[in-house]
Amino acid sequence: MRKYILMAGLLAGASSFANTAGAVEIEYWQYIYETRVKAMDQLIEKFEAENPDITVKQVTFPYDDYQTRLIAATMARKGPDVLQFFYGWADKLIGGKVLQPLPEDTFKAEEIEADFFPIVTAMKRDGKYYGIPTAVRSLALFYNKKLFAEAGIDAPPATLDEFLADAKLIAKKDDAGNFATIGTTMDMPGQDIHWWREVLVRQFGGAPYTDDYQTVTYDSDAGVAALKWYTDLQLSEGVSQQGFMGDGQAAFRGGRAGMTVDGTFRLGSFRSIEDFDWGVAELPANAEGVRSNYASYFANGIGSSSEGEKLEAAKKFLAFVSSPEAMELWLSVVGELPARRAAALTEENLQDPIYAPFLKALDYAHTTLTVDELGQRQITIDMTNRVLLQGQSPAESVAEAAKAEQAMIDAAKK
Amino acid sequence: MTDTPPPRPRLSMRTRQALWVWGFLALPVLFYGVIRFYPTVEAFWLSLTDWDLLSSPKFIGLENYRRMVNDPAFWKVFGNTFLYLIIGTPVSLVLSFAIAYFLDRVRFAHGVIRALYFLPFITTASAMAWVWRWFYQPAPTGIINGALGRLGIPQLDFLQSTTWALPSIMVTAIWAGLGFQIIIFMAGLRAIPNTYYEAARIDGLGEGAILRRITLPLLKPTTVFLVVFSSIGFLRIFDQVYNMTTNDPGGPLGSTKPLVLMIYQTAFSSYQMGYAAALTVVLFLVLLCVSLLQLRVLRER
Repeated sequence: MRKYILMAGLLAGASSFANTAGAVEIEYWQYIYETRVKAMDQLIEKFEAENPDITVKQVTFPYDDYQTRLIAATMARKGPDVLQFFYGWADKLIGGKVLQPLPEDTFKAEEIEADFFPIVTAMKRDGKYYGIPTAVRSLALFYNKKLFAEAGIDAPPATLDEFLADAKLIAKKDDAGNFATIGTTMDMPGQDIHWWREVLVRQFGGAPYTDDYQTVTYDSDAGVAALKWYTDLQLSEGVSQQGFMGDGQAAFRGGRAGMTVDGTFRLGSFRSIEDFDWGVAELPANAEGVRSNYASYFANGIGSSSEGEKLEAAKKFLAFVSSPEAMELWLSVVGELPARRAAALTEENLQDPIYAPFLKALDYAHTTLTVDELGQRQITIDMTNRVLLQGQSPAESVAEAAKAEQAMIDAAKK
Repeated sequence: MTDTPPPRPRLSMRTRQALWVWGFLALPVLFYGVIRFYPTVEAFWLSLTDWDLLSSPKFIGLENYRRMVNDPAFWKVFGNTFLYLIIGTPVSLVLSFAIAYFLDRVRFAHGVIRALYFLPFITTASAMAWVWRWFYQPAPTGIINGALGRLGIPQLDFLQSTTWALPSIMVTAIWAGLGFQIIIFMAGLRAIPNTYYEAARIDGLGEGAILRRITLPLLKPTTVFLVVFSSIGFLRIFDQVYNMTTNDPGGPLGSTKPLVLMIYQTAFSSYQMGYAAALTVVLFLVLLCVSLLQLRVLRER
């Protein structure tokens, strides 16, 4: 017995000795999302095998807590060395000195811009990059092949007019006049907010914001027409109902919606559908063939408190998680698309009926820069609700929303 | 034999006792000071600053309060919070009293029925909210609308409507708290000595008169407790609202949003800590006033 205790003591001593002998431990933070945590575990294992002197400790928090934890830890100088963050939080995290600019010796701006999809520039402030993504996400149209076949439609809609026509063929009501099946989902709190903001407004001939996203410009004929088209899906065309089955995702999964606009991140959840086959198509173009999309991503950056040998290790780790090899693993485990052109646009991916529409979208996608992501989202949701629930005219509602959002952006600048 | 008197203790018995008492009291005082009062005072101070959690707080005087008075969103939320209070509290009290009153007389399966009423109270609020949320959905998935549809009644929008969303959520909140109130009322009813009732019956008082003259007056301490307790509960409503409207927190166009949810959003999604603290101060004052007022009104009667 005594011998074992002695042995255990020796082992413990030996391992702690090994730790002090030039080894460095860095912390990687992200929020809890099962497949992402799993993918990162695998990446860390590979990284540690290649770099025996570096240990990476993964720390995770629930999504709701994540930002608060980041900020609190940074204030206490106990922040992470490498962290994952949503691109929309960048300004907040840079302003709060949670992030430090990526060291230019390892991460050169020209190289990043050449290798990654254009949306990566949302990470650039004053010529410096603060993060780079491993994977990106874009939107596409998911359609229920079974409902399409029953309605006698053989291909997904290519234009908005076809989209509306198909939705009309699919939507069905029961004897009481309630929807049994909707043609398309309406879910502003879901991805429709992006569909309206970055896609529909542009397809109706406008732009949602100026290029620097500091001025709201959707208070225009295009914005009004886009909102009218969207709300008419429920109000006059009768092909959809907001909140049907709770949210768009549930309605589509339940097989009671012909189409839904959703993102790459939904692939995992939709893959478990067994009752019907579904397909993915690019978001419909307008009559002139104009397409647009919204892409977003979680980037990895380096924490402001990382310095010295930890910073060196953090640089290595960040370079590793944004390598093509890591991106392939991310695609297979999480289902998100590689952020590097070369890793994404492989022959195999472009032939893939599911990945291809998302990948094609990346070249014409926009990435909205927000000052208060949830606040700005709420303004768009309320704008739609005023038309759907209170009968306000789209023109008035758009004007009211634009005013509120501009005020929010201006207040954040101070 | 030299006899020296034993040395007198330097402190008298009385002083020593007092020291001990204060020593023991110091602990809870310290605890309350550090855990309760210090953060409260801090919140008052924060409400006078502009703070985004990242940089250090900037003193701006009453600016947050000025902004609040001019903020239509605040008044909407303030109104909602009072609606929860002035509808929720009386309805839940009358209901729970009626149920307790009759349940008190039921002999058959009394324990089981009581347990059934109590069950919602021990269930997680979020789980409950999600089940109710499903009840409220449009046909064909929502069972309430499904039933209405079969009867040929047009469906109600419940959570999707600016008019019905708040009452819909209130129903679940009342339902969830009912079990607790029933138990307390029943305990109160049981505490009334039977001899009073016997005497009243001998005097020939009817059931209605017994209820009015004996039961209700003697239940006053119980009622006061429940009124205050449930008012505070409705003023602080959050779980049900947050979970039943996760997509659009606070219901369509803020129709169900209570003050606590606004505080949460202001603090933890917009990071306006100063403004959130000012809202918290208002909530604190409202809670304080409502509680004091109720205690006073119900005590004097």
